[in-house]
Amino acid sequence: MTERPIKVLIAKPGLDGHDRGAKVLARGLRDEGFEVIYTGLRQTPEMIVAAALQEDVDVVGLSILSGAHMTLLPKVTRLLREKGMDDVLVTAGGIIPDDDIPALKAAGIAEVFGPGTTIREVADFIRANVRRA
Amino acid sequence: MAVRFGRPLDPAERGVALAEAALAGDRRALARLLTEVENRTAAAEAALRLLYPRAGRAHLVGITGPPGAGKSTLVAALIGELRRAGRSVAVIAVDPSSPITGGALLGDRVRMQAYAEDPDVFIRSMAARGHAGGLAATSGAAAAVLDAVGFDVVFLETVGTGQSEVEVAAAADTTVVLEAPEMGDEIQAIKAGLLEVADIVVVNKGDRPGAQRTAAQLRAMLSAAAVAAESAAERAHHRRAGPSRVHDGGVADGGSELDGAGRPRPKRPEVLVTTAATGEGVPELLAAIDRRRRLGAEDGAVAAARRARADALLWTIVVERARDRLARPEAAAVADAIVDAVAEHRLDPYAAADELLALLAGGARAADRTR
Repeated sequence: MTERPIKVLIAKPGLDGHDRGAKVLARGLRDEGFEVIYTGLRQTPEMIVAAALQEDVDVVGLSILSGAHMTLLPKVTRLLREKGMDDVLVTAGGIIPDDDIPALKAAGIAEVFGPGTTIREVADFIRANVRRA
Repeated sequence: MAVRFGRPLDPAERGVALAEAALAGDRRALARLLTEVENRTAAAEAALRLLYPRAGRAHLVGITGPPGAGKSTLVAALIGELRRAGRSVAVIAVDPSSPITGGALLGDRVRMQAYAEDPDVFIRSMAARGHAGGLAATSGAAAAVLDAVGFDVVFLETVGTGQSEVEVAAAADTTVVLEAPEMGDEIQAIKAGLLEVADIVVVNKGDRPGAQRTAAQLRAMLSAAAVAAESAAERAHHRRAGPSRVHDGGVADGGSELDGAGRPRPKRPEVLVTTAATGEGVPELLAAIDRRRRLGAEDGAVAAARRARADALLWTIVVERARDRLARPEAAAVADAIVDAVAEHRLDPYAAADELLALLAGGARAADRTR
């Protein structure tokens, strides 16, 4: 068996309705050879974790622009841990102030990608940090 | 996975442990097992050996049709209907892989996320990974796993199909073909392909103008096709010495007839109109799906579909096993030499195939002549 594709879930937690960035990233990661599952807008942390579990993904990418990241993102990582999925790499992107990043990293978010990040940077980070069974 | 051992498990042990945990209701183990199946690992084989005897109870329903016809939305509506009746449901939703990068964007889940947290719903996206028939090569095995762990209904949603991706009909007990309104005139309905394998035809987006007219056209053409098939069967019947059981069973609407692949088809697939986005017509569709299974159990269609599926599955495994054995060090050099001989036109492909079979049977010397 050749190297299997990395599976990535791209999800938008919370209530903002702007998914252009998430879709551009989903499409870009597809072009980088990943299998990308897109779950759409307005997802609760519970829905995101259920999808990550059923799809057995290697990576969860969370896009958030609403400002609720300090509540919603740690909840996703906590629920993943509760399901025994602490080996899943979790990244975030969107509008997240620099001051909030250390706390998010402490909560288990591996990296925060702000505006201007290239698709290639995200893909390279995933390839370098994904934990495969 | 809840099961942990002191030493690392070998692949077969891992597969068995995953299968046992999945049977016990562990959804994470089920998800991991499906990954093993997708990657065709040794763990998957060990798990499937354990699970296969437990499969065969679920109703496998294929959902196919062109991109944008509303397959995922319809599956979501059917999930809702099944859950209201207290029935559990699993979905395998296939989307295409890029032939350039191998990547894929799997977006069917977007329509079904409302059921993400329901413990009796399990949705799995699959990339086709280069397989061309509308499903992934491992979709059938994945369906067998979901069947074995006890889901009542397993939907197999294909990639958006063109006219000839009919593989789903072999993988499913019942095949639902979706059409959107105004997709073409009557000529489209009498072309060979997708509509031939339909047990049920659905015109979705029923709120669009032309939906009823499209359904009427499909009904007219499919019943004209049924009349033609009837007289063809009659001719075949007279040519044959023995009577055909199915044919003698009558040719009333909803009756079946063996097709060329030995799979009985409804003579006149029901044509229904749904509006998946609002749920209009979905209870009637589920009733038709259930009815089709009952009829199929009576007229032998389900048994024949399962026989055809077993046959295809077995041959796939035989070919894989043969390839694996020919790739082993002791055989690979000889097998390569045979391929070279065909490439250079020193050996015809039929004689080469016989030599490969002889090689598999242990007669490695059979290949000496090619060098």
